[in-house]
Amino acid sequence: MNSHNLGTGPLRLGETAEGSSFTSVLENRGIAPSWRVEGVSTEGIPEATTILAITWADGVLMAGDRRATAGNIIAHRRVRKVYPADEYSAVAISGTAGMAVEMIKLFQTELEHYEKIEGVRLSLEGKANYLARMVRANLTLAFQGLVVVPLFCGFDETDSTGHLYSFDVVGGRYDELSYATTGSGGSEARSFLKAAWQPNIDRNTALSIAVEALVSAAEEDSATGGPDLRRKIYPNILTVTADGVSEVSDEELSEVSARVLEGRP
Amino acid sequence: MTTPFYVPPEQLVKDRADFAKKGVSRGRPIVVMVLDVGILLIGENSSPSLRKIGEVYDRIAFAGVGRFNEFEILRVAGIRFADLKGYSYSRGDVTGKGLANAYSQTLGQIFSHEVKPYEVDILVAELGTDIASDKLFRVQFDGTLRDAQSFAVLGAGEESISETLRETLRSDMSVTEAAQLAITTITEAEGHDIDASAWETGFLDRSMTRRTFTRLTADQLGLTADS
Repeated sequence: MNSHNLGTGPLRLGETAEGSSFTSVLENRGIAPSWRVEGVSTEGIPEATTILAITWADGVLMAGDRRATAGNIIAHRRVRKVYPADEYSAVAISGTAGMAVEMIKLFQTELEHYEKIEGVRLSLEGKANYLARMVRANLTLAFQGLVVVPLFCGFDETDSTGHLYSFDVVGGRYDELSYATTGSGGSEARSFLKAAWQPNIDRNTALSIAVEALVSAAEEDSATGGPDLRRKIYPNILTVTADGVSEVSDEELSEVSARVLEGRP
Repeated sequence: MTTPFYVPPEQLVKDRADFAKKGVSRGRPIVVMVLDVGILLIGENSSPSLRKIGEVYDRIAFAGVGRFNEFEILRVAGIRFADLKGYSYSRGDVTGKGLANAYSQTLGQIFSHEVKPYEVDILVAELGTDIASDKLFRVQFDGTLRDAQSFAVLGAGEESISETLRETLRSDMSVTEAAQLAITTITEAEGHDIDASAWETGFLDRSMTRRTFTRLTADQLGLTADS
């Protein structure tokens, strides 16, 4: 890999990269992230677990627990799985942590790159479709055990409502109207949300049921970490509304977590 | 058989420079001002979609005058350069100086090797942590790289606009005051009225974190929709 490829040295004018795609710039220079391996052993590679997204009155909300596991070992306790994708959308990942984090970084750069070159943001659906393409590109590895499955949500500036999208390993993209979950604790969280979620809930209720869904997943799934009040580890939660993406503070989450844990049987 | 004429290199460079200068001097002016609140870029542009001022990275903005298609090629290459560097290393490693150097090398190369030099004059503005660390880099058609303090003017009427700004611009001005000053100075230099909707702006806002580039609203510009 020479330094020429990494954004140093003179500019390449009129590079034949496809339109405003950052990934095609990387591909052009042969430095697109890739994991070409035969017969992978996934043992010992950290995996990120439960993430969920729900719609509420002002938009959408996305939450993730903080644990990453490698086999039966807790690899990390403070992993971040929920990220802002741009000013009006958020993305979260479950599956092979290292690949997922790289996928998010590339996705964020791609959205920003497009926005700067074209002068307008991609439409929300455009962003979701692009993410689906990134998941699909990973299909071969998914069948070897290195799975990455994201959730994507955002506020659509054209119709002023929050939307959320779930994906499967083959890059299928599904619009969800109420809530979506993925990861090893996802089914447990989904059962909880099925009973607790209602349309147009307020912010406090949305935060409470998001945290409680994660607690409920953590109780059944060893790979999911619930809020840890003693170590001050709380879930990561982002809200996306007409005002953009904002992160829920640890102070607020410590209160919500304490209240939720108190109320559990 | 025709004998090729001998053209001395001095003449060749001069001819090319004259040609490029002529193209650049036709460009509508852009003023860039360093203020306590951030860096303001403002210029006359009657097209709402073909931009002359743009965001390159978190704290870096681009402005170009001259031939649109040529500085647009440079703007896009600059964004690729910056995004690639930020993606490969870290966001903090993308600097205005690195980008200005890349522009300088590229334009220098084009000036001496291509059939025709680029008829452009571009500027890279980088917002520092405070006004003392803000940087303005000018890159000319032949690759000449200069840095400027407190303000810079590109395009037609550079001399007279600079002269006015040298006496009137203060760094403690608000964005609106500075924009108003730029608008009056440019209008005066141009010698004709300019429509309120024909001002293109870019602002690197010191109060923002991460991506600091915004465009001013008509309100912030001090121009109401009906004026």
